[in-house]
Amino acid sequence: MRLGGIAGFVVRRLLLGVLVLFLVSLVVFAATQALPGDPARSILGRTATPASLKALREQLGLGGSVFSQYVDWITGLLHGDAGNSLAAQEPVSDLLGDKVVNSAFLVFCAGIISIPISIAIGSYAALKRDRTFDVTSSLTTLVFAALPEFVVGISLVVIFATTVFTGFLPAITIIPPGGRPWDDMEAMILPTATLVLAVTPYVVRIMRASMIEVLESDYVEMARLKGLPERTVIVRHALPNALGPTFQVIAINLAYLAGGVIVVEYVFNYAGIGGALRDAVSTQDLPVVQALAMLIAAVYVVLNLMADIATILVTPRLRTRL
Amino acid sequence: MASTTTDIAVTPEPEVITARRPAGALLRSAARLWRTRIGLALVVLLVAVALFGPFFAPHSPTDFVGAPNTGPSDVARFGTDHIGQDVWSRFLWGGREVLGMAVAATAIGLILGGLIGLIAAYSRNVLDDILMRAMDVILAFPQIMLALVAIATVGPQTWLIILTVGLTTMPRVARVARGAAQPIVERDFVAAAEALGVPRFRILVGEVMPNTLSPLLVEMNLRLTYSIGLIAGLAFLGFAPNQNGADWGFMIQENRLALVSQPWGVVLPVVAIALLTIGTGLVGDGIARAAVGIDRSRGDE
Repeated sequence: MRLGGIAGFVVRRLLLGVLVLFLVSLVVFAATQALPGDPARSILGRTATPASLKALREQLGLGGSVFSQYVDWITGLLHGDAGNSLAAQEPVSDLLGDKVVNSAFLVFCAGIISIPISIAIGSYAALKRDRTFDVTSSLTTLVFAALPEFVVGISLVVIFATTVFTGFLPAITIIPPGGRPWDDMEAMILPTATLVLAVTPYVVRIMRASMIEVLESDYVEMARLKGLPERTVIVRHALPNALGPTFQVIAINLAYLAGGVIVVEYVFNYAGIGGALRDAVSTQDLPVVQALAMLIAAVYVVLNLMADIATILVTPRLRTRL
Repeated sequence: MASTTTDIAVTPEPEVITARRPAGALLRSAARLWRTRIGLALVVLLVAVALFGPFFAPHSPTDFVGAPNTGPSDVARFGTDHIGQDVWSRFLWGGREVLGMAVAATAIGLILGGLIGLIAAYSRNVLDDILMRAMDVILAFPQIMLALVAIATVGPQTWLIILTVGLTTMPRVARVARGAAQPIVERDFVAAAEALGVPRFRILVGEVMPNTLSPLLVEMNLRLTYSIGLIAGLAFLGFAPNQNGADWGFMIQENRLALVSQPWGVVLPVVAIALLTIGTGLVGDGIARAAVGIDRSRGDE
């Protein structure tokens, strides 16, 4: 049976997403197999006792064939059991639960601020094409697109927290055990601002390009010729059509934030999955690294899927073609 | 910054900038834009600091010249770092590693990605699909994630960081190369060369590749910008090949806890990385604009 229409499209994209995640899981799993020699020994070092080596081998699931190890790992993951952290000796899921919430909140803050701002700046730049505002915003976005996000983050800390305006804002985000990031919004300002500055340039650029194309289209000219007020032309006719391509970039950028939080959380000592991943990598805590890699890849795939679906829904021309 | 994401947003549409012109003309017209000139000046300055800085360093990067985290003095122009080494000397030594690794990683990504993209476009069969879907799988990861997974297993080795950054750069270049090559492989001169019996690989390198150079030049700048950010970022996270080696990214990580009392150990490398990436970004934008300009003036749109 061949599904038609939007439902069929969604199903096909879902299957593709599952396929990508499966391949990603192979990559992540293969990375642990790439440990030279005996993984347990290379983690514990030369002085490890036979007993602790045996314990670690069991914990890593190193008995049996490579295939059965993979199956064990992936079925555990699907049931929400990502194994135990080697460093903390606790289930990975317990360790990461709060941090997932913290990171999601940070990404949410950055998204909710950067999306409207970048749509507004991009559209306005398109309306003022080649004038002062457009030139200024295009140069600013160019500079911020080039800067690594940890450079932006540390510069903000130097300017607003430690050196220029000392103590104006908190330099690090402390979330007490059991606390929630939204309890102290002041400490959220700098990490959020860093992510906003990292993401906004891309959305501004695509929004500007998309808006310019729409403004030159026949239907906008038609609306103008009908004598509609310029405001109505822009808000009712131009803007909704210009948003289509922008959705995709917004979703890709939100997905990017899932990776971008790694460095930014470390800058601000923010207790999220990014900081956790950094720590897990430095202690070679492989179960945590694997779980976080899969989590971030899943977020990435899902957001890209949502972007495709949203783009279809806001573009009637594509909808009929399915 | 920002590897993964961004490809769609920043990379100008390949078909728009397929300038059928030698790269020399493109670079000359890019050099007439003031943004390219400023970018180039910044890049030259920072590359000079990275390459020749060590000759002007007053101390060895690992000599102890005073108490930890002291401010600027006669002995140490910008004060001392977290264990009493000279910040200025370490800054002058610290650019080589970042720059060298970023250039090597970008070169790997550019060569492999360019080849895969060209082969995919030229094959015009199932090989095209296989290659590009394989590229999509690598793209399903944020670039930094893959580097971290690799570092978690092997450790922060120089070759490993160069290789993972290069391999994750590859699919992004491959997409651009394929997009640029697709209209070229349909052209008559390719068919003519095939009819003459020229080997397919020579057609690819001799006929198709020269015609895709300008989008690849733009992409090279973009990828170099991100590779610098990524490699410096990994060092900032603590994953530099040499612990206590002088490295701009790692300097920031070492000295950030003393930011309040001794900001220079952080500020100098941050400014250097910022100016370097802004420079490569400006040059890339200048070339992209020049490429679009060439197309427009030739009525290719």
